[in-house]
Amino acid sequence: METAVSPSADASGRRRVIGISNSLFFGCCLLIGGSYVLLIVAMLAADAAYVIGQSGAGDGGGWSSYISGNPVIQSLRDPKIQYSIWLSMLSCTLSALLSLLVAVPMGYLMSRRRFPGRNLVDAVLDIPIVLPPLVVGLSLLILFQFPPFSKVAREIVYQVPSVIIAQFAVACAFAVRTMKATFDHIDPRCEQVAISLGCSRFQAFGSVVLPAADRGMMAAVTLAWARSLGEFGPLLIFAGATRMKTEVLSTSVFLEMNVGNVSAAVAVSMIMVAVAVVVLILMRVWGTPQATTDFTLH
Amino acid sequence: MIILDQISIQQGKFALANVSLRVTSGAYAVLMGRTGSGKTTILETVIGFRRPTSGRVLLGGVDVTHWNPAVRGIGYVPQDGALFSRMSVQDHLAFALKIRRTSRPEIARRVRELSTLLGISHLLDRRPGRLSGGERQRVALGRALAFQPQILCLDEPLSALDDETRQEMCNLLREVREKTGVTTLHVTHNEAEAVLLADTVFRITDGRIVQQQSVGEPATPAEPASLPS
Repeated sequence: METAVSPSADASGRRRVIGISNSLFFGCCLLIGGSYVLLIVAMLAADAAYVIGQSGAGDGGGWSSYISGNPVIQSLRDPKIQYSIWLSMLSCTLSALLSLLVAVPMGYLMSRRRFPGRNLVDAVLDIPIVLPPLVVGLSLLILFQFPPFSKVAREIVYQVPSVIIAQFAVACAFAVRTMKATFDHIDPRCEQVAISLGCSRFQAFGSVVLPAADRGMMAAVTLAWARSLGEFGPLLIFAGATRMKTEVLSTSVFLEMNVGNVSAAVAVSMIMVAVAVVVLILMRVWGTPQATTDFTLH
Repeated sequence: MIILDQISIQQGKFALANVSLRVTSGAYAVLMGRTGSGKTTILETVIGFRRPTSGRVLLGGVDVTHWNPAVRGIGYVPQDGALFSRMSVQDHLAFALKIRRTSRPEIARRVRELSTLLGISHLLDRRPGRLSGGERQRVALGRALAFQPQILCLDEPLSALDDETRQEMCNLLREVREKTGVTTLHVTHNEAEAVLLADTVFRITDGRIVQQQSVGEPATPAEPASLPS
């Protein structure tokens, strides 16, 4: 009897050990990963609490004075911040679209073609990702001292176009990486089939590859846009921080901090968070209509 | 007719030297060989995806060795169909005809004809994500046949299917062959497919192609069970 009971007891003990081990494993994952999520939420909550704490400080007014005294509302009424929001939207959108325009052909080449110096090109594409942002800005500034760039430097450096170029210089590298990964996941045989059916390379790319890469393109645009919004170092060096001219939201935070206006800096930060969340949600909703179509098909 | 004349192919460490093959017009040839023997490489050379280092590829008596795959007029069905993820079944069947700027009524007629032949009329609005393995291969076959090619190249088209679906597809391939008379080169490692479908069986061993058998006319008693009923 002992020999019959023993394995079953052993199995039951083992089941318990594995059960505890699995719970421990997922518990550790939750603890480690969750602590980062908590950090982000805590930062935003602290910002929000600070802004609320500053609202109506110093006066004993009612609800209306509480609203009007809110640093976020005050910032939104400030023409300088309004300009900053407008320029941020414009420059981020343009740099994201430019990044996509470059990332699609570049990502496709890197994914599909083997050419001499490909590894070198691959390494060069990583430079804007690994380089300190300030160095990107400094390098752009130096570049525009040499011809042919120097001929248009007056119209670009420290002007609005410099904001877009500085954002594009960094964001495009991320977009290229995203598009390469996207094309890597599209079966090259689909293009081969299209070509065997009579397509030119261009037709196969346009009719088969690009439609299949729609979500990747949306991811690339979103990433480039978000990256552009958060860009600061290259802008400071290459575009300057002139109010009502090259001031974007990240620059506004810097300028407000510089004059010791912490509550305004936090308020602009909150505006940045809100703008980023709204735009990213809109991109997700409008950018992937295919997802809903696929989901509802029977 | 498909003729490979003393073809040599070098692809990294893999090499095939001086291989020849001849598939007569309207024949159904099966090319067999182990994994890594080079059978897909040979198929890709016929289609034009690979350039041979020497030798000639002749299709219908014309030397197409240096022609682009787009102008060779070959219908190609890859292993898992390689369907276009964002297109409906109808778009797949119309694809080659749209590229050729065929008129809309003619495209609609051809789509109807093909979908009936392949038994996919009820799937015309579906996308690849909602098709079974057998349905995917039917669509891939229809896409390849849409422009009425003289030659059809199939790269292990039935390898991912269950036994029952494979049998259905074999019957369908025989029916297609009977109705279209298309010259077919079918690559597989499955003996049963060769027995069921082939007029001619080629086998690659040690870098050489050997013509193993030629069934020839449907009435030949050697393989009565394998012939179309």
